[in-house]
Amino acid sequence: MPKDGGIGDATKRREDVRFLSGTGKYTDDINVAGQAYVHFLRSDVAHGKITGLDTSAAEGMPGVLRIFTGKDFEGVGGIPCGWQVTDKHGEPMQEPAHPVLAQGKVRHVGDPIAAVVAETREQARDAAEAIEVDIEDLPAVMDMKAALEDGAPKVHDDLTSNLCYDWGFVEDNKAATDAAFESAAHVTTLELVNQRLVANPMEPRVAVGAYNRAGDDYTLYTTSQNPHVIRLLMGAFVLGIPEHKLTVIAPDVGGGFGSKIYHYAEEAFVTFAAKAMNRPVKWTSSRSEAFISDAQGRDHVTKIELALDADNNFTAIRTETYANMGAYLSTFAPCVPTYLHGTLMAGNYKTPNIYVNVKAVFTNTVPVDAYRGAGRPEATYQIERVIDKAARELKVDPIALRRQNFITEFPYATPVAVEYDTGDYVATMDKLEEIADVKGFPARRAESEKNGKLRGLGVNCYIEACGIAPSALVGALGARAGLYDAATVRVNATGSISVMVGAHSHGQGHETAFPQVVAEMLGIDPGMIDIVHGDTSKIPFGMGTYGSRSLAVCGSAMVRATEKIINKAKKIAAHLMEASEADIEFKDGQFSVAGTDKSVAWGDVTLAAYVPHNYPLEEIEPGLEETAFYDPANFTYPSGAYACEVEVDPETGKVTVERFAAADDFGNIINPMIVDGQVHGGIGQGIGQALLEQCVYDESGQLLTGSYMDYAMPRADDVPFYAVDHSCQTPCTHNPLGVKGCGEAGAIGSPPSVVNAVIDALQSGGHNVTHIDMPVSPSRVWQAMQG
Amino acid sequence: MPQVSMTVNGKPATGEIEGRTLLVEFLRESLHLTGTHVGCDTSQCGACVVHVDGKDVKACTIFAAECEGAEVKTIEGMAAPDGTLDKIQQAFQDHHGLQCGFCTPGMVMTAAALLRDNPNPSEAEIRSYLQGNICRCTGYHNIVKAIMAAAGQDTSKIAAE
Amino acid sequence: MYAFDFERPKTLADAVKAMTDEDAVALSGGQTLIPSLKQRLAMPSKLVSLTGIDEIKGICVDDEGRVCIGAATIHADVAAQGHYPALAALASNVGDPAVRNRGTIGGSLANNDPSACYPAGALGSGAVIVTDKREIAADDYFTGMFETALEEGEIITEIKFPVPEKAAYMKFEQPASRFALAGVFVAKYADGVRVAVTGASNGGVFRWSEAEAALGSDFSAGAVEGLSLDGSDMIADVHGSGDYRAHIAKVMTKRAVEKAG
Repeated sequence: MPKDGGIGDATKRREDVRFLSGTGKYTDDINVAGQAYVHFLRSDVAHGKITGLDTSAAEGMPGVLRIFTGKDFEGVGGIPCGWQVTDKHGEPMQEPAHPVLAQGKVRHVGDPIAAVVAETREQARDAAEAIEVDIEDLPAVMDMKAALEDGAPKVHDDLTSNLCYDWGFVEDNKAATDAAFESAAHVTTLELVNQRLVANPMEPRVAVGAYNRAGDDYTLYTTSQNPHVIRLLMGAFVLGIPEHKLTVIAPDVGGGFGSKIYHYAEEAFVTFAAKAMNRPVKWTSSRSEAFISDAQGRDHVTKIELALDADNNFTAIRTETYANMGAYLSTFAPCVPTYLHGTLMAGNYKTPNIYVNVKAVFTNTVPVDAYRGAGRPEATYQIERVIDKAARELKVDPIALRRQNFITEFPYATPVAVEYDTGDYVATMDKLEEIADVKGFPARRAESEKNGKLRGLGVNCYIEACGIAPSALVGALGARAGLYDAATVRVNATGSISVMVGAHSHGQGHETAFPQVVAEMLGIDPGMIDIVHGDTSKIPFGMGTYGSRSLAVCGSAMVRATEKIINKAKKIAAHLMEASEADIEFKDGQFSVAGTDKSVAWGDVTLAAYVPHNYPLEEIEPGLEETAFYDPANFTYPSGAYACEVEVDPETGKVTVERFAAADDFGNIINPMIVDGQVHGGIGQGIGQALLEQCVYDESGQLLTGSYMDYAMPRADDVPFYAVDHSCQTPCTHNPLGVKGCGEAGAIGSPPSVVNAVIDALQSGGHNVTHIDMPVSPSRVWQAMQG
Repeated sequence: MPQVSMTVNGKPATGEIEGRTLLVEFLRESLHLTGTHVGCDTSQCGACVVHVDGKDVKACTIFAAECEGAEVKTIEGMAAPDGTLDKIQQAFQDHHGLQCGFCTPGMVMTAAALLRDNPNPSEAEIRSYLQGNICRCTGYHNIVKAIMAAAGQDTSKIAAE
Repeated sequence: MYAFDFERPKTLADAVKAMTDEDAVALSGGQTLIPSLKQRLAMPSKLVSLTGIDEIKGICVDDEGRVCIGAATIHADVAAQGHYPALAALASNVGDPAVRNRGTIGGSLANNDPSACYPAGALGSGAVIVTDKREIAADDYFTGMFETALEEGEIITEIKFPVPEKAAYMKFEQPASRFALAGVFVAKYADGVRVAVTGASNGGVFRWSEAEAALGSDFSAGAVEGLSLDGSDMIADVHGSGDYRAHIAKVMTKRAVEKAG
């Protein structure tokens, strides 16, 4: 049994009280005295040359303070990309400039052209409508394959083509992989689309910039998952503001799912304008604006081939993927289809030969970047769909085919450059079969058939690389930053503790779970410990929250800092008890001398550190505060097996998810309630991708799904209760907590099982349907059934 | 500028508004009741649900001027004066029915309206009633569970946990 | 939103007067109008709120047995009435609970969204749309997508529904908006069957006369089995092709007949 409030306890979330009582503080709740409001005039065409831009009429409108255009930003850096991919010829990717406001050309619907700052929001918007902008339409580049043809219009005139990079992974595997296909007993081929999605955190982005002339310093309040990253990118690369003059605060943030990792033009704008106007400037995105300005997700078009020998062992995987970058490179964009996708193409299987080719392409669409899972859902979907198709072609049980090919020995070095430290794929599949009641499926299918419905069961496995770090590895892969994290443990005189962490909590429950770790280590009440996050002026450093990294990386830094605290506290305790440091034992908040009844309490030691009347000043400093930076040796590798049961209405094609089960291995668990919640949420998004969501542009680059009227968000009645289990635990071997990360698993692991289930249902009804692209909407299912 | 007067969370509230001022703007900007959120502009997400004269409505899709004389209740009015959470709020905490918290005020206000009219709803009735409230974090599992628990139902057998 | 004046008259007469202003627009529940104002798709000089006018709210049954619903009656109240259960069922599934607490039957009919439910209910019931000036038969009222027979400044005051022997509405929801991808209202009266289809057609709500004829002689789902709608006239978008909508309209017709019993 876990200790109350310690590691493994399902502690209720302390942050909930403010959220439930309406006293959370989100960025839009922050108003700085004297603030003005900005409205961005955005392009309504996907591709065009700005031939005229006249702001004179707008400048005279009521309340207008100033209008900015690209000209105002000519001397300012562009929005930088944080990752440089090297192509299969060893050349760096093509990297276009990304201006804060358009410079001569617009490249997607929503590209900001001008910014009106006015006394009120509506005045800014009124004036934006009065700006006269002439745009000479250029043909929009929308289809990725067409974009790469000779003579295709170019999104960026100064690049040689619309190809960002052509990446082979691992290039040295190609010959052996091709050979394995030559000698295969069976080859299954699948062409599929991992459709473009919009992250849609419920809180739209907001940014408030403020400037203090007296100190020449800036404050940016922003909806960010990683305020330090924004400070670094915007300060160093865009506006040239040194760190000590720029505070970035991400207060309560209403969800991110990746879309709030990146540095956006609007953040740079409000910071820049605050100084230029000597007045705070606020921007609040509407949802409609979010659809054309938040980085979008996925958008891969893939052909995958799986080779098997005569005994149904996987012998090779070969893929060709077109990955849409959109019109500019967002912060992490180039690494998503490469290092977060190519490295995961072994999945849970011992396939000896794997070769992945990715062509990243510029198009006249909103930039694409990481969305919950990022690259790993795309990898998982391909692998788990092609295995299912192979099983059907070979007429073998899809679960048995997976089990036969599972990696069973760890550590396991994959052919795609990563080493899985631990895992037990047999155990998670066993657990899945139990909680999904796979045995009971035939009876449930018979019941559905009685009601005129087709029922299908789909399963899949997944592996992910989480704890996004380690710096040495990501640096070799093209990251322009290190990906460690940091924590400061500040013990106050009375023994209470503030822990300043680089990870940002926007739904993940760090404010509750992180103190559980420190409380466990110190043996004190978690109520004595508070987490401070989201403010660069209070926290040493941090790379933020994404890639299921907070606990594995930042949590480990917190552990290291707490270990330093314990070491120092032991020294103080030894002095107080006049004992040797080596004899000091620390348990349940008490320091004692081994073999004696002498002890001092936690609070005695912390008080001595700050009231050092009797203190070994010659040996140690007063005070009790320690910082640790932690950079792990490897990614972590959560894994699991998921099952979905659907009913298909054969008359309408409507798919209903009847049951969903997830068996995950996240290594050690700090707060099982929070872990369950993370998995639930991921599954909800995965079902959304599988059945409902799609971001669609027309040929001219207009967004057809620009609001919730057409972009189908999953609602409560689209999903069932989920059976989730994380009792299979193979702890990570290289972080001190043995944790793996759980934030993205649900979104990575769920789409293939839903689609596999639909195919199973349709085939059970005699329909020879082998694939339907997501979202598996009623009309697509119906169309597929028409043959 | 015209004035509007209403009762918000039991207290009189008066302010200057424009014709186009939405109730949610009046609450957030004039009264600084920022618990009511805006998550969309097409009246679908439900982050702004409040009660007007006892009915759950979207505060982003009603003008402040239409609330002249009305009784408005927002998330800030749900807890007891000493801050003790009401049973729905408490059930959301007990069952982890929220993550980022942004949709939560609307969810709680919607759940309160449901349970007032239907004190013992089925799972299907709860899911149906939440059609106009979008949550991106929870996959709805624990929201539905929390509402069932707030209705006094046994939630121990929901799925396998 | 663009700026506008706001009036909230207490009587129909005052509302009619207020509507004489150029570019005045009537505001009922606002569940469609307010989002479109936010998008700046309309630029009214004045909004005339009809929500404070008690004389155009409420539900009663007239001497001819018709269910008469005040135009400013909210969906939730239509859903709660027991005089016309099929119409109550339709209203109970419009939008979501919060929308049903604001949106009104008159507002929906005046807007005539091609995917809204009420137009199918009104046309399928052969309802009479009463305005401050006249009575308009449903068959003459719906003139196309977002278009009606209403003249400028004309205000719907009441809708009179003849109650059929049996009726039902079936909606297949567009997964994002939850409006009807195709919705069909089927009503059997002593003098024949009416079938109104919403959500599907580029022309807005329409009567499916072949189905009406077939059901008139045999009120069973099987009676429409051999019929088909022309998909080329139907809305085609990311949610489904014209052929799909034509198919779904037929499926919903059959299910509505089954539900009506």
